Amino acid sequence: MSFAAPGRPQQEMRAIINQKPYPPRLPELRNLGTVLRILLAVNGLALVATFVRETRWETFAAAWLDTTALVEPHLLASLLLLYGLAPWLERMPYRTGVIAILALNLGATVALDAALSGPGGHVGSSEVFRHAVFSLLVTGLLLGYFHLRTKALSPAITEARLQALQARIRPHFLFNSINAVLSLVRAEPRRAETALEDMADLFRVLMRDNRQLAPLADEIELCRQYLNLEKLRLGDRLDVEWHIDNMPGDALVPPLVLQPLLENAVYHGIEPSGTRGAIAINIFLRRGEVHAVLRNPYKVSGNHHAGNKMAMDNIRERLALHFDAEASLETRAGKDSYEVHIRMPYRAPARVERAHA
Amino acid sequence: MLDTPLKVLIVDDEAPARRRLRELLEDCSGALPLMVIGEAASGREALDLLGGAAADLVLSDIRMPDMDGIELARHLLKLTQPPVLIFTTAYHEHAIAAFEVHAIDYLVKPVRVQRLLAALHKVPRLRPLSDARLDRLPVAARRFLSVTERSRVVLVPIEEVIYLKAELKYITIRTAEREYLLEESLTKLEDEFGGRFVRVHRNCLVAREAIRGFERHVSAEGDAHWEVLLRNVPEALPVSRRQQFIVRDIGRENDA
Repeated sequence: MSFAAPGRPQQEMRAIINQKPYPPRLPELRNLGTVLRILLAVNGLALVATFVRETRWETFAAAWLDTTALVEPHLLASLLLLYGLAPWLERMPYRTGVIAILALNLGATVALDAALSGPGGHVGSSEVFRHAVFSLLVTGLLLGYFHLRTKALSPAITEARLQALQARIRPHFLFNSINAVLSLVRAEPRRAETALEDMADLFRVLMRDNRQLAPLADEIELCRQYLNLEKLRLGDRLDVEWHIDNMPGDALVPPLVLQPLLENAVYHGIEPSGTRGAIAINIFLRRGEVHAVLRNPYKVSGNHHAGNKMAMDNIRERLALHFDAEASLETRAGKDSYEVHIRMPYRAPARVERAHA
Repeated sequence: MLDTPLKVLIVDDEAPARRRLRELLEDCSGALPLMVIGEAASGREALDLLGGAAADLVLSDIRMPDMDGIELARHLLKLTQPPVLIFTTAYHEHAIAAFEVHAIDYLVKPVRVQRLLAALHKVPRLRPLSDARLDRLPVAARRFLSVTERSRVVLVPIEEVIYLKAELKYITIRTAEREYLLEESLTKLEDEFGGRFVRVHRNCLVAREAIRGFERHVSAEGDAHWEVLLRNVPEALPVSRRQQFIVRDIGRENDA
């Protein structure tokens, strides 16, 4: 049972993970986080460039306006172009992609200059050359930055996986479930069989490589198996309400994004209460985003917030690694209920497969 | 002791866990005479059961709704003949480390029949857990106070307590309905339930929620003192000179 014990097994796990390094890949050109980073970086560069050129404060603002007036149309044109061609670019091997993006930006700069220097325009050929060099430099710098960022984050992704291995499934649940199955062996061997099969499926998922996004429908199946086992233990005390008719089953989500939350809901919401309680699961697609809302009864009392916070932080971190600024996790503690709301971009399988190719 | 069967009570909030333990006890019954006197789903149910039937051994889970195993251990001590208690737990929960340190007996679930049998053989030599040992466990405050009346343990939910007043060797527990006599230390109770009660006098803790207001009295000799007025009970309690600051802190709602 290496997933629960700290120390040596963790190192073994690391060794297994290290066998498969992350390949370099282009930034996700349609991701809000990528776009924001590009906008900030280019404007920051423009600011620095102005600062270097203009030493007097009185004229600084005017010079800054001049620079941005020059840079902004090029920047926006490039961004639009890349946004439009993103699916095509992201399908390319890394090197080809880099060359294509450099060429595209160069072309866009020259074309825009040509358009602006049409009748009445005044962009000289030396200026076009300078713009082209600037554009190439900035694009190269940004690609280098995104490359380094992916490299820096890929250990974080493996780290996240390790954390996922450790944070998910409380040992408490494992041992209580084994005990529950043992109680069935003599009296109801068939139910014991089903329970063991559920457990096997559950742990198969828990132990596989969970770095890649997986279909939401798979996550739901995992949640069902998990809840079946909990129901075995808790009997009538646990009710589950599923509202997933409008769920996009093909949406790609980080594996184990919901199951740990259900485990929290059972541990903090159902187990401490002697009476019947219901966990409500509501998943739907709205304006291109997948929303998952989990609600459980909850009495404000006691000291079990620490474990809860750890699971939340873990999921939040993995959402950020996969979706950057486009996903969020919010929690709300009401008077007698607790709610977790996850928002993720809707990714259909085809697009992401291409991005990873 | 071994000629009469060992009377065992099973306490666990999960029905499968109770069933499993019962099966294992049956397996042991060949090697050691024993009988299961009942099953309870919480500490509270266990105490109800023990009011009617005595047990030699209580096998109790730790984490349970209503009343957990450690609180159960405390209330069991109020019985005239407290049973031996052995905790069962599925994992190293908060208390296990402390159990190790203070040599408190526990079994890890799933329990092996050999381990259970060994524990059962030990029972005649074991003593009930003492308050002193339980005090050292890192646990939350109790949900109930318990008093013994006619050899039964009566539970008083802590939120029903209006005030606790030390008199001679007992503490009077006052609820809206009646009074109970408790044999514990007021200082310890103050430590355990610090946030809920406020000390108005050297010998008296009052539930914050029960305070209706304060009243100032001036005696014939000209000495003035404050009294605290309470919800649901007619009596007013004197606030000692040293504790007078609470009148200002809690707010003088009824300045006479």
